Amino acid sequence: MYNYSDFDESFVRTRAAQFRGQVERRISGALTEDEFRPLRLMNGLYLQLHAYMLRVAIPYGTLSSAQMRQLALIADRWDKGYGHFTTRQNIQYNWPKLPDVPDMIDALADVQMHAIQTSGNTIRNVTADHFAGAAADEIEDPRPIAELIRQWSTDHPEFQFLPRKFKIGVTGSPNDRAVVKAHDIGLRAVRGGSGQIGYEVIVGGGLGRTPMIGQVIRPFVKKEDLLPYLEAIVSVYNLWGRRDNKYKARIKITVFENGMEAFRDAVEERFRAIRPEFTGIDQVLLKEIEAAFAPPAFRNAPEDGFEAARAKDPVFRSWTDTSLAAHRAPGYAIVTVSLKAHGATPGDASSAQMRLLADLAEKYGHGELRISHEQNVVLPHVHKSDLPALHAALKTEGLATANIGLVSDIIACPGMDYCALATARSIPVAQEIATHFKAIGLEEEIGQLKIKISGCINACGHHHVGHIGILGLDRAGVENYQITLGGDATEKAEIGDKVGPGFAYDQVVPAIERLLRAYLDIRADRAETFIETFRRLGPEPFKAALYPAEAERDAA
Amino acid sequence: MSVIVRDDGFHAEDYAGDRSVEIASDTLPEALPDLTGADLVRVAFPAFSDGRGFTLARHIRAAGYSGRLRAAGHVIADQYAMARRSGFDEVEISNDLASRQPADQWLYRADWRAHDYRARLRA
Amino acid sequence: MARAFTPKVVTANALLEGDVIYLTADGRWTRDHHEAELIEDEAHAQLRLLKAEAQRLTVVGAYLADAKPGPNGPEPVHFREIFRTRGPSNYAHGKQETSHV
Repeated sequence: MYNYSDFDESFVRTRAAQFRGQVERRISGALTEDEFRPLRLMNGLYLQLHAYMLRVAIPYGTLSSAQMRQLALIADRWDKGYGHFTTRQNIQYNWPKLPDVPDMIDALADVQMHAIQTSGNTIRNVTADHFAGAAADEIEDPRPIAELIRQWSTDHPEFQFLPRKFKIGVTGSPNDRAVVKAHDIGLRAVRGGSGQIGYEVIVGGGLGRTPMIGQVIRPFVKKEDLLPYLEAIVSVYNLWGRRDNKYKARIKITVFENGMEAFRDAVEERFRAIRPEFTGIDQVLLKEIEAAFAPPAFRNAPEDGFEAARAKDPVFRSWTDTSLAAHRAPGYAIVTVSLKAHGATPGDASSAQMRLLADLAEKYGHGELRISHEQNVVLPHVHKSDLPALHAALKTEGLATANIGLVSDIIACPGMDYCALATARSIPVAQEIATHFKAIGLEEEIGQLKIKISGCINACGHHHVGHIGILGLDRAGVENYQITLGGDATEKAEIGDKVGPGFAYDQVVPAIERLLRAYLDIRADRAETFIETFRRLGPEPFKAALYPAEAERDAA
Repeated sequence: MSVIVRDDGFHAEDYAGDRSVEIASDTLPEALPDLTGADLVRVAFPAFSDGRGFTLARHIRAAGYSGRLRAAGHVIADQYAMARRSGFDEVEISNDLASRQPADQWLYRADWRAHDYRARLRA
Repeated sequence: MARAFTPKVVTANALLEGDVIYLTADGRWTRDHHEAELIEDEAHAQLRLLKAEAQRLTVVGAYLADAKPGPNGPEPVHFREIFRTRGPSNYAHGKQETSHV
């Protein structure tokens, strides 16, 4: 894993000291709230519904055990003993007090972490495939490039006051687990003609009020051209992006309004102008970063006891069926640890859970953890012979739920339980769906399904790309939930379609149940997943299940 | 009246020439005027949250202008390093802003050459 | 005919703690919605809001929220404001933690 250079270390420390000064100046009155807001946002500090919220970056979702322990310590010392992992590979603390935040930032710096650029109209935390460096299907580990981009974008003097926020996601695999087509810039590792690895650059994706799937601006950019190419894109966006209307300020609108051709021409021209400024030092750094991400020393050992434990223990078997993904090293597995125990808040981890995960990563996982955009924790390198012991240990803190990829593995933003922007709650909707389908015993029967819930149009809960998307709105002073169907967050990215009028809060679970019972009735066989049935039959049968009264009337 | 900020702190306006050029924040690069002969270029910052001026400064420098380049308007002390790194020589602020953010807050970022990731990646 | 004015309270977040606060009739800030001043007159509401906004060293983001009279004092109307008087629904944190009800 990457370790801070002296440069990183002194940068983060200096920045922490600057922020301490800014907080002091806000409290003394030297800074007005209008001036302090963008500064605190650039350091991840929001003012939410009930309290401040500190959003800490977990660059490309990678954490060491020591870092995870420190996140637990921060939760205990300055917050309420837990943290919330988000769809952008951040952790959020929901209850910090303003005078404490500089101390929290110092504690983060102690383990090479920060909250820089987790908010504001700037380039945000760079996200990556949560299976990076482990996945069997990977062309290359995307984290070195992501780390290079982190360094380039951090404190970039030109790009701290962009028209709007700017998100970059990177995947090293053809199977996209990082939703790169829904980012302002998405990067996908590809092999060029000569076998050289470069990146396909996708621009103008995004969810929110105007969801759009990103388009390829250049199918292949050599690694040595990548930073100047990104700089060219953001530079053109900084001047072209609209500043008169914040709902039209994201790059997806800039590309849409100007057309991809004109936008590409401007980017290419800018690229030619600034390319010579990059003399190749970044590639020397990249080599060093790549060396830091060298895979751990995998052990070559028999998978002792793994199959036997599966045969003997149905609970273990069902957990391995849902939680494991293919690792590139023989004998190893990628373990996804569910933070979605039925009835729990999606993405929340208590400090005790964080400490256990840190210990288990050290004991069984080469000291590495990942945070997925699906709000779970990943132990990327676990030898199969260790899985029974790992599973037993996870159970002690309620971390062994066998529901990865199922109906209760729901993405949910904090919604109106915390967020000042929210128009309705999301967390209790997720909790109720999860407990309901467990209670009626249909979870396994339903199989693979992605439900994603957002508490407002900004779509932090990725509802547009859920197989079933749920969007909470305020309709005349009452919570109301719109359902979209057919979204997809993978390389086949698709925006789901709204199927009809919204549902009252207490009608959401019954509506989802009708929908899923209809799926069970009409699927070709057990192997056909919800999204496959939806693609085969289209929205009509699902619409009829959601709105039975209307279906009856139409039939009469 | 306004205050001019440089690495050594506050100064009174000391430009008395007649070859200055004003650049509005919504100027596109292809519309930048010919700056040959100019001895002061003032790029407007209508609001500190409007970062176009930083990109414009880079374009102006890239076009070969090496004279005095000033960021003028609502720039705050915390942006001083960004302005200097983008190619500005100095910042012009209102008296009101200068009284709320006195010279020490600007001098704090006079170390703008230190801790510069982007410079490190290109040099 | 002028539209009837919906009664309001002035609410904000405390600068240091971040928690939800309300302006009282005697110009204090309270954590308890029931102690807020219920403002029945639009001109007075604007005046009180200005007073609140001027307190830059104490409060952040002051605004007027709809409210209605209740047996123990003003009560919130919109669900967002009801949540703000309590705290989140997934844990008994926020005002629920300290309340004696």
